[in-house]
Amino acid sequence: MKRLTSAIPALGAGLLALLPSLAFAAGDLGQAQQQPTNWSAIGMFVVFVGMTLGITYWAARRTKSAADFYAAGGGITGFQNGLAIAGDYMSAASFLGISALVYGSGFDGLIYSVGWLVGWPIILFLIAERLRNLGKYTFADVASYRLSQTPVRSFAATGSLVVVIFYLIGQMVGAGQLIKLLFGLDYMVAVIMVGVLMMIYVTFGGMKATTWVQIIKACLLLSGATFIALAVLYKFNFSFEALFAKAVEVHPKHINIMAPGTLVSDPIEAVSLAMALMFGTAGLPHILMRFFTVADAKAARKSVFYATSFIGYFYILTFIIGFGAIVMVGTDPTYLDAAGKGLRGGANMAAIHLAHAVGGDLFLGFISAVAFATILAVVSGLTLAGASAISHDLYANVFARGRANEVTEVRVSKIASMGIGVIAVLLGIVFEKQNVAYMVGLTFAIAASTNFPVLVMSMFWRGLTTRGAVIGGFMGLAAAVILTVLGPTVWKDVLGNPSAIFPFKYPAIFSMPLAFISIWFFSIIDNSARAKAEREAFDAQLVRSETGLGAEGAHAH
Amino acid sequence: MTNDMQAKIRSNPKYAELVRKRSSFAWLLSIVMLCIYYGFIMVIAFAPKILGTPISEGAVTTIGLPIGVGVILSAIALTGIYVYRANTEFDDLTKQLIEGSK
Repeated sequence: MKRLTSAIPALGAGLLALLPSLAFAAGDLGQAQQQPTNWSAIGMFVVFVGMTLGITYWAARRTKSAADFYAAGGGITGFQNGLAIAGDYMSAASFLGISALVYGSGFDGLIYSVGWLVGWPIILFLIAERLRNLGKYTFADVASYRLSQTPVRSFAATGSLVVVIFYLIGQMVGAGQLIKLLFGLDYMVAVIMVGVLMMIYVTFGGMKATTWVQIIKACLLLSGATFIALAVLYKFNFSFEALFAKAVEVHPKHINIMAPGTLVSDPIEAVSLAMALMFGTAGLPHILMRFFTVADAKAARKSVFYATSFIGYFYILTFIIGFGAIVMVGTDPTYLDAAGKGLRGGANMAAIHLAHAVGGDLFLGFISAVAFATILAVVSGLTLAGASAISHDLYANVFARGRANEVTEVRVSKIASMGIGVIAVLLGIVFEKQNVAYMVGLTFAIAASTNFPVLVMSMFWRGLTTRGAVIGGFMGLAAAVILTVLGPTVWKDVLGNPSAIFPFKYPAIFSMPLAFISIWFFSIIDNSARAKAEREAFDAQLVRSETGLGAEGAHAH
Repeated sequence: MTNDMQAKIRSNPKYAELVRKRSSFAWLLSIVMLCIYYGFIMVIAFAPKILGTPISEGAVTTIGLPIGVGVILSAIALTGIYVYRANTEFDDLTKQLIEGSK
């Protein structure tokens, strides 16, 4: 149990937050030192921004209808969408954080990578094609398909916005620290830059621009990581045994880096985290939204296959990169701090220093620019998902009750994108000095306990009623938030109380079943006429979800 | 028209066949994935030493590495298997069903 308390924050943090293992190895995020201004990185980044702004201009001229804005007109192919999903999902944390973790503890890094990937098959088998067949722009379309629009959409929009805001805080704070570290820019300047760029992409270019930013980023990240991994393997004549033998020889933990260490030892925490990761992925609104950009269920399936392949390949690369860093960075004093123990700039610099070791200054600049591009792609997807929840769910279907026209709806979502951008920048500044590592775990726990149960029950269970969905969903949300706050990460580490009220760091093992049981219970005791009609509507919904008959093509042209 | 087609589809035996085949296949693969993943996590939690066994006499590489990478590859393989069967067999069945109910 004790081992676990030190292990789990790193595990959760390593998963999505930017610079996660700073918490693991070098204190909290606020300690990133500002580096000298890195001109080659800035130059490459300017090229990337110029290119994406050009795409945004192109996309803006083609974004006229609501279908264009929310779903890129449904014109994205399965392959493109797979790349975009990978671009949405592979954060700078997976690249820098996991390679740093492998650098620090070897095998344990692989546990993270695996946890990140296994949610994807579940999304494919149970969710992707049904989501595409039933929905139009947001997952709330599906959850409210046969239920009462106002309460269910209000609930789903709340669930989406809470996830988006928590996720954005983690990303913005990480972005500020990372950019300070890589580019030598001031934290405030970095956060505002990220905020302004994401607002431009989303407001003007909508889903088309966001998708292409994600695709370009995915290609850059995959090719950069491939190059580093190949360079490492080349040095060892493509013999893994030789690479590992050298790593074991030079690493302070020696042979222990080849087996599971101390990261996961308590089965309850391990399973709880595993549940949050696996099912949380299937409840992230920005990920679910990507399935509406393709033409049909067939393309939705293909996109998950491509995404899973790219993401899996990428995680295998980060593992090689981590071992490469042990051998090529850990043994070179120029990359170490004054004491000669830690890495210059913090533990998360392992992959960055390795980029320099294998490709010199220019390649270092390239990888730094890719890391920045990575953040931009992720925050843009989040902003668009948040804006859609506000405009499509809350505005068009709750406040205007279906009487809003498309032009106003799109205008509202553009205003909402700007609003979310401003809020993200402000929160990024407010949370600068805070340890935000717990935000990631919280985001996934909320997604797994709120959006995921309601979505699954609406698709698979005839008995679901509006009352069950709303009460059960909100109970899952409340449980995930309250248990995280009372748990060790917030109650003890952030608020400074001597001991936590709730003993576990990850609440999903409790909050997710609670959500499912409450949804079931409040549905079966619902004997209203509305509930009866909702159950009867299930057969018609099932025909559409299984056959795609009547599925709304977002592809209006 | 849609209501009419709805009724026709529901009474078509192919519809029941499609729903049954696809659901059981999807749940089967989900259970396989869950077993592989939670099996891996449980070995790490309860018997981490097993994964530290060298892959061959005197080797530094442990069996944990191919197993971990194997879990990643199994996720990719399972999605591939599902997409292949869904995009051929299930989609053909859906097409026949919709054509037959027009």
